[in-house]
Amino acid sequence: MVLGYRYGNPFRQLRDEMDRLLTGYLPLADGLAPQFFRNQPAVNLWQREDALVVEMEVPGVKSDQVDVSVAGGELSIRINRPETAEEGVTYHRRERSVGSFGRMLRLPVEVDPDRVEAEIRDGVLTVTLPKAESAKPRKITVTGT
Amino acid sequence: MNSENAILKPEAESAVAAERIRGGQCYRPNVDILEEDDELLVLADVPGAKADSIYVKFEDGTLEIHAAVEPRQNDGQEYLLREYGLGDYYRSFQVSEAIDAGKISANYADGVLTLRLPKAESLKPRKIAVETA
Repeated sequence: MVLGYRYGNPFRQLRDEMDRLLTGYLPLADGLAPQFFRNQPAVNLWQREDALVVEMEVPGVKSDQVDVSVAGGELSIRINRPETAEEGVTYHRRERSVGSFGRMLRLPVEVDPDRVEAEIRDGVLTVTLPKAESAKPRKITVTGT
Repeated sequence: MNSENAILKPEAESAVAAERIRGGQCYRPNVDILEEDDELLVLADVPGAKADSIYVKFEDGTLEIHAAVEPRQNDGQEYLLREYGLGDYYRSFQVSEAIDAGKISANYADGVLTLRLPKAESLKPRKIAVETA
């Protein structure tokens, strides 16, 4: 393929372009990663028949340092883990995140905001969001003759 | 940066440790290591662990932390979003400072393990009074 040699295979070109972009950006992404995770804590979300459950690891966070709210089909979790730097102390390693971070999640089904419950146990925050009546699965009886 | 490794160096996950940990994922907990005049303070984030399933060992200058984490969801749980996994935590450090091993204390609260490693007597800083003639 004469043209192929001259202008390159478009797929290969695209791949090379992607490689170039990724190679160029990876060190940057790497450097940003801790910051990114600090501000966007990871969550697990799953559903039960009657509720959505959101879980987040929040070691060292007290219940009064968490603010959970539901509005307009979005769950917002805000956390403030105050810095506990002491005087006359040398840090040899400092990996644990401090400060404010939060997460906004668009909920996949309608929930009842009045019955949302949140608890922290052993550094794990669990938010249980009961589904609104309209979002609960309904068993439909199939009638036949 | 140079103080990073002065006292504590991370150690590669040893084969022995890997063997001790039951199957499944094992994670490296985030830690803060602080040095005060008379002790080293190690704070490790091990969310989801229970106090009675945390093992701390100090031997030959190596500090090992292993926290077992029980699954919180059923095996076949399906997730709408799964951004982190569950598993045990393991990490070890080489401590070059002389530690009074008998006086190491450990406390666990809110998913954070706090270890206090008192320095051996001989290494505590002493103030030397300078006298004038």
